[in-house]
Amino acid sequence: MPQALDIRQNKYSDVSQEEKDRLFQECKDDERWSHILYGCYECGICVAACPSARFYDFSPRLIAQAVAREDTDLVYTLMNDSVWDCSQCFSCDRCPRGNSPGQIITVMREVAVKNGLNTAKEALEGYGRIIYKIMSTGSQVSPDMLQPNAFPDWGHHVHEIADNLEVWRKALPPETLHTIETGWKVDEKTIIELYLIWHMTGVMDLILGIDEGLHMILVDVMEERLEEAGYDIEFD
Amino acid sequence: MIHLPVTKASERIFKIDPDKAPTHDLKEELFQLEKEGELEVIRVPEPYMEVKTKYGRIKKIPVEKTWHHKSCGQCGHIPGYSTSIFWLNRAFGLDYFDPTDQTSCTAWNYYASATSNPEAQAAVAIRNFAAAHEVGYFPLIHCGTSFGHYKEVRHALVHQPELRRKVRDIMKRLGKKLVVPEEVVHYSEWVLAMKDRIAERQVIDMSNITATVHPACHYHKLIEEDAIYDSEIYGAQRSAIITSTLKALGINVADYSTWFDCCGFGFRHILVSRDFSRSFSVQRKIEVMKEEANPDITVTHDTGCVTTLDQSQVVGKAHNKKVGLPVMADSQVAALAMGAHPYKVLQLHWHNTDNKPFLRKIGIDVDKSWAEFEAECELIKSGKKEYMTWEDAEK
Repeated sequence: MPQALDIRQNKYSDVSQEEKDRLFQECKDDERWSHILYGCYECGICVAACPSARFYDFSPRLIAQAVAREDTDLVYTLMNDSVWDCSQCFSCDRCPRGNSPGQIITVMREVAVKNGLNTAKEALEGYGRIIYKIMSTGSQVSPDMLQPNAFPDWGHHVHEIADNLEVWRKALPPETLHTIETGWKVDEKTIIELYLIWHMTGVMDLILGIDEGLHMILVDVMEERLEEAGYDIEFD
Repeated sequence: MIHLPVTKASERIFKIDPDKAPTHDLKEELFQLEKEGELEVIRVPEPYMEVKTKYGRIKKIPVEKTWHHKSCGQCGHIPGYSTSIFWLNRAFGLDYFDPTDQTSCTAWNYYASATSNPEAQAAVAIRNFAAAHEVGYFPLIHCGTSFGHYKEVRHALVHQPELRRKVRDIMKRLGKKLVVPEEVVHYSEWVLAMKDRIAERQVIDMSNITATVHPACHYHKLIEEDAIYDSEIYGAQRSAIITSTLKALGINVADYSTWFDCCGFGFRHILVSRDFSRSFSVQRKIEVMKEEANPDITVTHDTGCVTTLDQSQVVGKAHNKKVGLPVMADSQVAALAMGAHPYKVLQLHWHNTDNKPFLRKIGIDVDKSWAEFEAECELIKSGKKEYMTWEDAEK
């Protein structure tokens, strides 16, 4: 069961005000910030449109108000205990004031990940294999992920797919789709260019902040393939 | 007493006027940046079709020379979705390109985990656009999230000079140019623009079918002004996408009250917190559709929406919820209407909810079709054939 969001107490009173202010300042320094926050009418349209608000103790309005008021105590609480409930559907972009609570949350999540907050690590527990797949292959999901232990609630059908996977993939007319480990056939040079993008944009530092083990495995895979392609690159 | 010109909602006429649009025309800014040498614009190739977007601006949709930016979720888990798009192109004899020099947009991960940043996301997008441009084709985006995300990226590149500089530098180091398409086009927009040609070639009567439509959030909520609207469809009060296509095929499109709600995908949730996705999908979408419209099928146009609405019904059934509604993409329905094979082309065996009653209602011999597909599988298993080809799929 999702935990109730308790904002009556300052749950994170042990965290210094300077640290909370610093993290909020990181959000405000994001180039998108001035385009996604304009204030709040408190009309509640964002909450009415929000899927997560129906099933979690979650409110895009509360988040918009907290950041607009620059209530850094509350922002810190929300950055830890609320932002990961968001569905990122951007239904809240209906805001008549022009806010995008969904994008405010995207920025807050990035700051949480960049600073390695424990709650971000917890929210992404079990998600590491997905990050590995997307970072190393450029494909978020793949046919071989359709296994009963990964999707037990999808019923017997997943067993059927897993049992027939190899043949059913070959029974796809487009030649690019005969793959098992990626959604489609991807050129080696394409993957190398993707790794170079990860390297040039500092994305691997984000992974290090939330999962050292995953970072180590990814670095091994990427450095080896980059070396084979003639690049002498170290991610650390 | 103050006299207010109050009219009933049903009597109000919403007139689209691009001169009264509350936003700037991004394409004008894009071409201005090109003049200043900041980037290069990939033109929509001729011939193209014209459609109207939310504020009445014209959007160009290429007929062919399309570079198919595939979806990882479609290709990985519901591959008949993309196969149907390719089949439609082949059926019309159009020139298209199915690339291997393509990564996914990586936006699913970005919206799920935030383990990326705007520079990386923009660079991945531009690398894919450059790959399309290098071979002389125009990107056609299969995934709703890739489409929405790429529109966001294009918007950010136009308005954020520092991001533009960073991405241009990254592209230079990859030996590529900073190229941005004149239009970001979703495949379902291509299907909609082709709807009359599809209807001309229709061989399966679908006039006895009632469908509900789920428009994907990242199609019409991200850079909302770029989605297709039509005064003939809900008075242009919501996007015409899918609905316009289904109506052209003679399908009765039924409305339901939670049409604006998302499917419950949630990006992170569908992978590691699926209790939310299941509950939302069943309680806010499928059950409402069943109670209010009782359709034969629900049709959507995005990777996550097909997956979530379809797969979530398994647990709903176990809890005696009102489920049992087949879910397909508009590309699959369009291909089916034109006579595509339900298993060799639409690949419906990758879908979970029983779609046989729907197929039988439109006169398809399900057992015969399945036997034909299984015969192809047997040939592959026995080693008599390595793969099923397009020619096999047409038999």
